[in-house]
Amino acid sequence: MQPFSWAQLWFDVFRRMFAWLGSWRREIHHQRGRAIVVGLPLFWLGLFFLAPLLILLKISFAEASYEQPPFTSLLSWGEDQIFSLRFNLANYATLIADCSDPATSLYCYAYVNSLKTAAISTLLALLVGYPIAYGIARSSPKWRLPLLLLVVLPFWTSSLLRTYAWIGILKGNGLLNNTLMALGLIQEPLEILHTDIAVYIGIVYAYLPFMVLPLVANLVKLDPLLLEAAADLGCRPIAAFFRVTLPLSMPGVIAGSMLVFIPAVGEFVIPELLGGPDSLMIGRVLWSEFFTNTDWPLASAIAVALLMLIVVPTLIFEYVQSRNSPEVRR
Amino acid sequence: MAQASRRPAALEPWQDANARPFLRIQNITKTFGNTYAVDDVSCDVYQGEFFSLLGGSGCGKSTLLRILAGLETPNSGRILIDGVDVTNMPPYERPVNMMFQSYALFPHMTVEQNIAFGLKQDRMPKAQVAERVDAMLELVKMRELRARRPDQLSGGQRQRVALARSLAKQPKLLLLDEPLGALDKKLREHTQFELMTIQERVGTTFITVTHDQEEAMTMSTRVAVMDAGRIVQVNTPANLYEFPANRFVAEFIGSVNIIEGRVIEQLDGEVRIQADGFENSFVMDHLDPLPLGTSVAVAIRPEKLSVHDERPVERPNWVQGKVVDIAYLGDVSIYHLLTPLGRTVRVQITHEQRYERPHYRWEDEVFVSWDSEDGVLLLG
Repeated sequence: MQPFSWAQLWFDVFRRMFAWLGSWRREIHHQRGRAIVVGLPLFWLGLFFLAPLLILLKISFAEASYEQPPFTSLLSWGEDQIFSLRFNLANYATLIADCSDPATSLYCYAYVNSLKTAAISTLLALLVGYPIAYGIARSSPKWRLPLLLLVVLPFWTSSLLRTYAWIGILKGNGLLNNTLMALGLIQEPLEILHTDIAVYIGIVYAYLPFMVLPLVANLVKLDPLLLEAAADLGCRPIAAFFRVTLPLSMPGVIAGSMLVFIPAVGEFVIPELLGGPDSLMIGRVLWSEFFTNTDWPLASAIAVALLMLIVVPTLIFEYVQSRNSPEVRR
Repeated sequence: MAQASRRPAALEPWQDANARPFLRIQNITKTFGNTYAVDDVSCDVYQGEFFSLLGGSGCGKSTLLRILAGLETPNSGRILIDGVDVTNMPPYERPVNMMFQSYALFPHMTVEQNIAFGLKQDRMPKAQVAERVDAMLELVKMRELRARRPDQLSGGQRQRVALARSLAKQPKLLLLDEPLGALDKKLREHTQFELMTIQERVGTTFITVTHDQEEAMTMSTRVAVMDAGRIVQVNTPANLYEFPANRFVAEFIGSVNIIEGRVIEQLDGEVRIQADGFENSFVMDHLDPLPLGTSVAVAIRPEKLSVHDERPVERPNWVQGKVVDIAYLGDVSIYHLLTPLGRTVRVQITHEQRYERPHYRWEDEVFVSWDSEDGVLLLG
């Protein structure tokens, strides 16, 4: 073994670094096509997702002001020759302070209410969407495409318009109440509009395709032989569903639930139009901070916090997905 | 060709008029649209048998097996298992388990969980489930791989898990749909014997479906040959081979020379036949007298023929031919002879000694001969 020398060590370090850089360059050179294929969407995401997000993050550390734009700059070049970088944590402090007192909290209440509304809506969408998806997946291939089209069809109308249509159905003298009263099932009109129930109906209706599509994609892959094997081993159809079909469709259930839950948390239009005063969701709070109070920094802080709230479950989902998929495990 | 006669005659319950059949298939018919998948099939299977349904694709063997499992409902007919009519019993209530052709292992469960699936469904106590699973893993030699999932197993290992899973509930009747179909040839031969050993150890009645006649012959106590939704013949492998009931069975099992002709003379226990496309006539054993002019077919296995350089004057039946094809298979050689009138005869010669001179060459003029008892006379 050679005696230790610093020169030798540095030489080794540099040699390896350059070797690595060299191989990296060769990689780029050989896989130019691949670089373009990967690079284009990365560029798109960077320009229209990452950059705005960084701006949002920046604003959340600023202070509100009455100038145009309505927030202060983080960097300043003072008269006393001091270049200063000011991070204002007051917005986050406000959020934390707000959350520490549940009785009077506004933002925290809106957060929790958003999560609750989104969770209940997701569960309802799953309960409604699973049988639909199962039916479509089990139908003959000839019927599958038309049925899927029917699920997606409402998307061809403006979502705002469809939400207004629900007002017409749910209001006191609306279609639903009039029908039920005409049939003599109820004596007084039901109070649905401007309640949480109306919000659930609206969200489930609006996001149902996001639940159904991944579930169908998953359920068509289910080998019907597995159900025959379950029956052969003593399972009645119900038991076979819970022991075979449901566990195997979990990736579809998770994907569909995420696709409904994530946008539902930040939903603004549906609670605004269908919800009552209690249905305060974070989207409405954000809107009023931005446009009514013109407190962009606080609004940005809320938005960043909301994003965190959504990113964490997404990461959990990714983790579960990668653990379940056999390709990764091999 | 393996023709294992595995059991002594005393253990052949189908010979015993007093034996009670374990499984009775009575006049089962199943149609899909206008086609008869299974056409009025009746058959009895006895306790502890290794019974094979053999036939080409689309002959109805798999449909019949699925009817036994309860996965298809027959249009008419009855199925009795151990004296109980199960015709309208759903699959989850039948004392029957099936090993599927593609194995149909649950991909989200480990080997252990797959085997325990049916036991847990029956609400068996946990300790007992663990015990039974252990015994099954031992039986199929899969102890080390108990925690694996099906996608981490090879084809042969999956086959074992599927077998263990279907045996775990100790069914009265085990159905196997092409149990060795997905394995390569070497593994298949090995597994055939293993399957027989396991069947003898657990004593369960096995019914297997296969298109591979060698597999059916090797493993089975009896074989039912199926064609176009009907059972053509049921018998032991040896009897099917040596005494085929008709031309379909003779041609389906092993290879055979079929010579068509008419009866021209009635002898004592024998008939003389003038074959179409042969110069001379042949004498074949036949106990019942046949009217002159009856059209018959003589079926002779290639290994029953002997080959001579000269015309074998002392033998009752002979054919002259020219060697046109030789296939060397190691243990045997197959020769194809062309007769002067353009018929092809297949002959098999066993290589009994290492230092044998090459038997015959292309274009050699040879004679083949056989005795009147060596072939089967098929009517119609």
